[in-house]
Amino acid sequence: MKKDIILAGVGGQGILSIAACIGTAALDEGLYLKQAEVHGMSQRGGAVQSHLRIASTAVASDLIPEGSADLIISVEPMESLRYLPMLSRTGWIITSINPFVNIPDYPDMELILKEIWKQHHYVTLDADAVAKECGSMKAANMVILGAAAPLLGMKPSAIENAVEKIFASKGKDVVELNLKAFHAGRSHTMKQM
Amino acid sequence: MEKLLLLGDEAIAQAAIDAGMSGIYAYPGTPSTEIMEYVQASAEAKNRNIRSIWSANEKTAMETALGMSYAGKRAMVCMKHVGLNVAADAFINAAITGANGGLLVVAADDPSMHSSQNEQDSRFYGKFAMIPVLEPGDQQEAYDMVHYGFQLSEDMQIPVMMRITTRLAHSRTGVARKEQKPQNELRLPSNLRQFILLPSIARKQYRELLTKQERFEAASGNSGFNKLTDHTDKKLGIIACGLAYNYLMENFPDRNVPHPVLKIGQYPVDPALIDSLYTSCDELLILEDGYPILEELIRGMLNNGKRVRGRLDGSLPRDGELNPVIVGAALGLDHARGNDVPALVKNRPPRLCDGCGHNDAFLALNEALLEYGRGRVFSDIGCYTLSALEPLESINSCVDMGASITMAIGAADAGLVPAVAAIGDSTFTHSGITGLLDAINNNAPITVLILDNSTTGMTGGQTSSAFGKVEDICRGLGLSEEHILVIKPLKKHHEENIEIIRKELAYNGVSVIIPRRECIQTLGRKLRQKAKMKELEITQ
Ligand SMILES: Cc1ncc(C[n+]2csc(CCOP(=O)(O)OP(=O)(O)O)c2C)c(N)n1
Ligand code: SF4
Repeated sequence: MKKDIILAGVGGQGILSIAACIGTAALDEGLYLKQAEVHGMSQRGGAVQSHLRIASTAVASDLIPEGSADLIISVEPMESLRYLPMLSRTGWIITSINPFVNIPDYPDMELILKEIWKQHHYVTLDADAVAKECGSMKAANMVILGAAAPLLGMKPSAIENAVEKIFASKGKDVVELNLKAFHAGRSHTMKQM
Repeated sequence: MEKLLLLGDEAIAQAAIDAGMSGIYAYPGTPSTEIMEYVQASAEAKNRNIRSIWSANEKTAMETALGMSYAGKRAMVCMKHVGLNVAADAFINAAITGANGGLLVVAADDPSMHSSQNEQDSRFYGKFAMIPVLEPGDQQEAYDMVHYGFQLSEDMQIPVMMRITTRLAHSRTGVARKEQKPQNELRLPSNLRQFILLPSIARKQYRELLTKQERFEAASGNSGFNKLTDHTDKKLGIIACGLAYNYLMENFPDRNVPHPVLKIGQYPVDPALIDSLYTSCDELLILEDGYPILEELIRGMLNNGKRVRGRLDGSLPRDGELNPVIVGAALGLDHARGNDVPALVKNRPPRLCDGCGHNDAFLALNEALLEYGRGRVFSDIGCYTLSALEPLESINSCVDMGASITMAIGAADAGLVPAVAAIGDSTFTHSGITGLLDAINNNAPITVLILDNSTTGMTGGQTSSAFGKVEDICRGLGLSEEHILVIKPLKKHHEENIEIIRKELAYNGVSVIIPRRECIQTLGRKLRQKAKMKELEITQ
């Protein structure tokens, strides 16, 4: 088993909480894992990405080779396109369609969606709306994680346990909110597949 | 033991705690910052009374660590690569004094300049100082090498450098721990003149350093960190340093490279090891995630031996970080690329946070400078450097920490009057104070903005040595009270701030204006913590 995942977003959007959940689940499943994060300068509202590599045998490079990512998981639609050269021909894009507009020349949303829908395999969803329905927009990240879950090659329960672990320190309500968001995202993708 | 999921930086920190380190000193800098942060957050480190101090700059950090080594205890000092330029005087001379307690210098390089002004390779400094250098290939090796490095430092009585790069520092993986060691007892150097570098003693010490070189080479041959794996196809031999080894392996899914491979993790390299590869192979490919240091050595200035490929002959790009695809291409391996980035995707550069006080300060400065025209603002390094970008475009330089004030003096001497310096509070105490003293002693016609957000913002909000001291420092340097002005960088004070700056620009001497408002990020963190404490109180 091997899953190479690009996590994409804008500095401050918290893609690392998605990475932490997948990473924790992978470790609990006894898988090997390497996760290259971006710290520093670009965290100030710039484009950020993280390379997350999971495999049943030891992982060599911290960086995913271009053209071989299995998944791009993005919390921002334009950012999901920035890493297309990394994606394999059989890879999937899972992205929210909620734009994060902090540049003056942000492109037309319809054009962005058209580009995404041109790709072979994708799941697009209004993560903010789904999260809001679950109780708080803050859980949009977990909606995206849920939407990616069926493609991660791990048992859903393993990821659920990881979500519980990661948010445990923030109290029962937060855990429940995030689990709810996770399930909502997951069923969105299941319906499409 | 259970594996911990750690960043490379965190693995180094945990290893130092486990290896009996008594103190860690550092100045923040990407990608090294998380080493200190991990120790400061570690309950174990607290229980073991490990000193973990943000120093004023890398030089003071290096010297403090050397002092701890003098006293017989294990000490670590961490910095980003350019920090070693600041610490260089202490660092190079520490190789002459030698160490007593284990002394590990961690330098974190940033090939591709993700968050830096250059991509200098710290291995050069190691070679310059003639000390052993460790270059881990992964996070586990980083952990193991810290244990080894402290021991080597004590065995050879020499500071040891560990050179890491951004990718290793900021990549997370499972790391297995070793058994914890106790800290050293206080123990003075057996020779109380070892650290006195008077010429007569320094000459002797230097000769000792020279004679140690052979032992350093032997150590790198015996440690297991330099490993030759033989293979049948000797048309090519490969030398892979540090992380480059992983990029090589990534190209062979069964991890079986058909050529002999020499993995390098420790310097100086035993020449016999290089020789055995060189003589048995038709040509060599050298993979280094940094400058072509080994490549240059092996190829030689005349390049009249066997063919040596790498960054110098174009087999690999001359600059920037390596990756699996670049390494694969050097081996003639093809790879499939994904689709191109659609043209509509726009750049999204980093920017000042919404509501950041730096923004208001520069808006006022821009307006106050209108009558003089552009091109006279010398800046420094920090979040405020982002004012170089649209829409502010306020500043005209960013070179090295502290250079704002001193460059402004030089430009004013050349006739650019008034010249303006913009420097953050942490950068000011790092390297700005001496420059301001120069300005005051020479009554330079410059206006200095010390942008005081009460933190070291760019690197994530570490405590600033300047906290609560900026005015006192200026007074102490001899600046007169009427030219030390604190302003509040807020929209509602915009007009009065412009007036104050304008007045000081017109003054023919040194003035310091301190726009002071806390960083939004650290303020937010504090408020959230407070709210959480309150919640706890209510639920208890
Ligand atoms: C010699 C050196 N050490 C460390 C750094 C990393 N660094 C860049 S900016 C910065 C923080 C500056 O803090 P401050 O001056 O207070 O400005 P702020 O970011 O808070 O606006 C640091 C530590 C560097 N570039 N050079
Ligand atoms: S981190 Fe703080 S100092 Fe830096 S841009 Fe944001 S608010 Fe400003």
